[in-house]
Amino acid sequence: MASHDSHTGRLPGLFSSPDTSSFTEFLGAYSPEMLPGRRSLPAVPVGDEIPHGTTIVAVGFPGGVVMAGDRRATAGNVIAQRDIEKVFRADEFSAIAIAGTAGIGVEMVRLFQVELEHYEKREGRTLSVEGKANRLATMVRQNLGLAMQGLAVVPLFAGYDEERDEGRIFSYDPAGGRYEEREFHSIGSGSVFARGALKKLFRADLSAEDAALVCVQSLYDAADDDSATGGPDLTRGIFPVVAVVTSEGYRRLGEDEVGALARAVVEGRYDSPGGPTAPLR
Amino acid sequence: MPFYVSPEQQMKDKADYARKGISRGRSVVVLQYDDGILFVADNPSRALHKISEIYDRIAFAAVGKYNEFENLRLGGVRYADINGYQYDRRDVTARGLANVYAQSLGTIFTETNKPYEVELVVAEVGDDAETDQIYRLTFDGSVADEHGYVAMGGQADAVAQALKDGYREGSSLAQALRVAVRSLEAQDSERRLEAKSLEVAVLDRNREHRLFRRLAAARIEELLNEANGSGGSGGAEGADGADAPDAPGSATAEGSDED
Repeated sequence: MASHDSHTGRLPGLFSSPDTSSFTEFLGAYSPEMLPGRRSLPAVPVGDEIPHGTTIVAVGFPGGVVMAGDRRATAGNVIAQRDIEKVFRADEFSAIAIAGTAGIGVEMVRLFQVELEHYEKREGRTLSVEGKANRLATMVRQNLGLAMQGLAVVPLFAGYDEERDEGRIFSYDPAGGRYEEREFHSIGSGSVFARGALKKLFRADLSAEDAALVCVQSLYDAADDDSATGGPDLTRGIFPVVAVVTSEGYRRLGEDEVGALARAVVEGRYDSPGGPTAPLR
Repeated sequence: MPFYVSPEQQMKDKADYARKGISRGRSVVVLQYDDGILFVADNPSRALHKISEIYDRIAFAAVGKYNEFENLRLGGVRYADINGYQYDRRDVTARGLANVYAQSLGTIFTETNKPYEVELVVAEVGDDAETDQIYRLTFDGSVADEHGYVAMGGQADAVAQALKDGYREGSSLAQALRVAVRSLEAQDSERRLEAKSLEVAVLDRNREHRLFRRLAAARIEELLNEANGSGGSGGAEGADGADAPDAPGSATAEGSDED
C-alpha cells in the first residue's frame, strides 16, 4: 500500500486533500503562514506607524451599484501615500474596497479575488452574491486577532445580483459581522461626514453617472472635515477611484471621466463651499 | 504467488493498458488560428468538460478517464492559483504546469499498478502565433512541444492525418473550426458532428484579463455555416475574403458566449 500512496509523493498538496474548492482553506492546509490571520501577533499594539486607508462610499441605483474611494493613506499625522487604490474588482460582477490597515487590506483583497476565481474554475459556476459576502465575512473574522492589536481591516463589498437585477451592498465589522445595507453606505475614518452627504444627495432613481457624482460629492465632504481623507488633487491629477457594477459587469471609470466629475464638484464648491443643498421642506 | 516480471515487460503491459483505455474514448483536437488557440472536443455533455480554463492565458484539454483527468485539472488550477497569488499573474506559465503534470504522471506510471488512462494538452496563448505554446502530455509523463495542431483520443492517428491535410497556418476562427470538425469526423466514416455534440473553447489573445472563453452552440453553428458558405470551393483566398468583413462582428458576438 505504501507504493499506492506515494504516487502523490511528488506533489502531496496539489493533488490530494483537502478536497475543497476554497482557495483560502487549501492555502491554510498547504502553506498556513501565507494567510494573514495565521501569523504570530506582535506583543504590543502597532498602531500609527503603519499606513491606514480611509474613506469608501457605495451607492445603489436601479440596475447596479457604484463604489468609490479616496486616494489617501495615512500613518499617524503623515500622508503615507497620495494615490493609493482601495477599490478593486472582486470578480466580473462585484467590487470590494477596504478601510483600515492598508497592507493587510490589500492582501485580503488579493486573497478574496483568487478565492472567487478559484471556486469558479473548480466548480464551473460562480458563487451567489450572498455566498461571496459570507466568504468575505469568514476572512474578516480570521483577522480578529490582528484587529485587536491595532491592525484592523474592514471591507465594503458590492455586487450585482443577477436574480434580482439590482446592486447589493454589504458592510462588515472587525469581528466578521456581515450586514446588508440598503441604498448606500460608507466606511473608514471620513465615513461619518460622507454618510451625512450621502443621506442628503441620495435619490432612488439615480442614473449610474449621477450615482458616481453622489459618490464624488460625498468623498469631497469627507475630505473637507476628515484630515485622513484626501480630496480631489487637481494639481497632480489624482482623483477618487470610482467603479460601477451592473449587468454588464465591473467597470472602473476612466481617469478622464472621474476627472471631469471631480472638476465639476470642485468648481461648484467655489460658489457653495458646502456643496449642493437639499430642499428644506 | 510472486513471479518475477522483468521491468521491460511491466512497463510494456502498463503502457498497453493505458493506450487501450485512451483509444476507447472520443477525440479532442487543439489547433492554432490567427487570434489564438482553438480547442474542439467531440463531447455532447454540457456538464462534464474535456476542455477547461486553468489561468489567464492557459487552458487544458484531456481525453481518457474522466475522474483521472479531472483530478489533474483540479490540481492544475491549484498550482496556477497558488503561484499567481504568491508571485504575480504573469509568472504562471504553461511550461511550469506541463512540468508538474509530467512529474505526476511519470510517478504514477512507474510507481503504481494502474497507470492513468489519460492524455493531456496544456496550451498557453502568447502575444502572437510565434509565442503560443502547446504541450502534449501522455500517460507515462512524457512531454512533447507541439506546433500548429494536436489530435488525441480514440482515433488520434486518423484525426491527425485529416488535420495535417486540412490545417493552414494563420487561418480564421471559422476556418480553423471547420478543419477541426472535419478532422473529428474522420474518427469513423459514418460520423457527422453538429454544433450540439461539440465542446468548443478558445484562448483569444485579443481579449483582456482571462482569455479563455467557451463558445455556445449557437455561435458554433454560426461559425460552421460561415466557413461552409465561403470555403465550399476549398480556395484559401475565397475564405479569406469572406472572413475580412466579419472580423469586428465576431469579436462582439463572442463576448456573449460565456457559460
